[in-house]
Amino acid sequence: MDMQVNFGGLFLKNPVMTASGTFGFGLEFAPYGDLKRLGGIVAKGLSLKPREGNPMPRIAETPCGMLNAIGIQNPGVEHFVTKALPALPWKDVAVVANLYACDAEEFGELAGVLAGEEGVAALEVNVSCPNVKEGGIAFGQDPAQIGRVTEAVKKRAGNKHVMVKLSPNVTDIAVCARAAAEGGADSLSLINTLSGMAVDIRNRKPRIANVIAGLSGPAIKPVALRCVHQAVRAVDIPVVGIGGIASAEDALEFLLVGAQAVQVGTANFLRPDFAFGLADEMAALLETIGAASLDEFRGSLQLPL
Amino acid sequence: MSLRNCRNVKVLEVSPVGQSKTAGGFFELRLENPDWDGWKPGQFVMIRPASWELDMLWARPFSISSGDKASVSLLIQAVGRGTRRIAELRPGDTVAMWGPLGNSFAVEPDTPTLLLAGGIGIAPFRGYVEQHPHPENLALFLAHRLPLDCYPYELLSKTVSSRCMLEAKPSDLNCIIDTMRELIREYADKGGLVLSCGPTPFMRTVQRFAAEFGARAQVSLENRMACGVGACLGCVTKDGEGHHVQVCTRGPVFWADKVEL
Repeated sequence: MDMQVNFGGLFLKNPVMTASGTFGFGLEFAPYGDLKRLGGIVAKGLSLKPREGNPMPRIAETPCGMLNAIGIQNPGVEHFVTKALPALPWKDVAVVANLYACDAEEFGELAGVLAGEEGVAALEVNVSCPNVKEGGIAFGQDPAQIGRVTEAVKKRAGNKHVMVKLSPNVTDIAVCARAAAEGGADSLSLINTLSGMAVDIRNRKPRIANVIAGLSGPAIKPVALRCVHQAVRAVDIPVVGIGGIASAEDALEFLLVGAQAVQVGTANFLRPDFAFGLADEMAALLETIGAASLDEFRGSLQLPL
Repeated sequence: MSLRNCRNVKVLEVSPVGQSKTAGGFFELRLENPDWDGWKPGQFVMIRPASWELDMLWARPFSISSGDKASVSLLIQAVGRGTRRIAELRPGDTVAMWGPLGNSFAVEPDTPTLLLAGGIGIAPFRGYVEQHPHPENLALFLAHRLPLDCYPYELLSKTVSSRCMLEAKPSDLNCIIDTMRELIREYADKGGLVLSCGPTPFMRTVQRFAAEFGARAQVSLENRMACGVGACLGCVTKDGEGHHVQVCTRGPVFWADKVEL
């Protein structure tokens, strides 16, 4: 079955991307599979300058999920451009840079650095990280800010596809989706992590040094599906589904509600070769359930009248 | 690039360790070797039983204790939810395993080398002793809280000069610390190598005395990790310059003067 996806100028050979923060710069996973088998790689969040991230402990396991508060630890955009990007097979797999900044101006500056990089297929704008004190989720909860940041990135992004990653920690995801679309986004990706917390009754301390952390994994899939469902109906731009995908069936559920593609996150930690075979499994499953094509299946959810 | 594959392997054996059998919760998990070319002592694997499904997401890291072309052995203490579930595995069960991961302990065949183990920290030293070209240059010190026969101490003490101390009451801890101080000073004086594995307070003690006497010492860290491949950034520690570095890929073994504990 033809699994190619083409939306907003972004071409993916299949609808499986790896989510930012769960796949490093991609090279970490090269020993476990052929990166060229993926539709896209979304690199770990990049900032203009290197960031050390949050103190330890940063992760905790929860039922069917995990909490993380890494805090955008990264070596800075220059390192990515000069060291990681040249080593990636960007001619064969869409490499997406995930951007993090503290204000709209800085987001624009970061987009400007990447606008001329041939190996970068798209920019994913992170207005939804719950783990940083500056910016982060504060942008993602304010539709006006989402619009301003999106505009600033779009203005400096040259001809790069601009994808805006939304937070589920909002009252109305549709309002945020429309704000990004009106700001000029070419597509949306959602959801980022849900805001969560874990505590230890023995030492009476939070399990994460940052106290509040981002919940991901299969536990959040119903929330993610609902958000994608609502976003797809709120805007005319394409939507990429993220949240708890741990099987081909999970991935197809997101396509059924209307997502163009998916990003696989926490499941990359279940086993490092997880994402590589997923597109083939999705194709096989589509045939098994009698879908004529990916396009025929996508968005064909039958809602009650 | 070396191939560190991820494979489904079968459980060959789950056997209690020590004469007290299950008293300490120690067991040896023997798994099929997934065609590894080899491994080095101090390296580790990530394992995730298929039976966990989506209940527990993370694989668990364990140092490789022993192994050959046919099998890989891990020494595990059942203390948490994951390790208790691993202890319930039976021969024939399927486990996803990736590795060997991380770096390894320094091997200097002709250098007197002191192995400092805190409890379950003895696990990687079994492989170290087995692979060392001159085990007569090795000495082992085990500080332990459970009865000695809970540990695979006897196995190692047959090969290398060994000593152990039980921490049964608070005052025992001072004796253990004093002994470690003397041992580290002795190995520093003779230009030896000190290798250590155990809980973080144990590692801090090694680090402190290594700095005091200028001993060349390595510590093996056991930080919580989700992926084992350097991507999740959940296992980081601070290096000597205060930068966060991944324990899974930059460690788990660090020179004691190059890491903040």
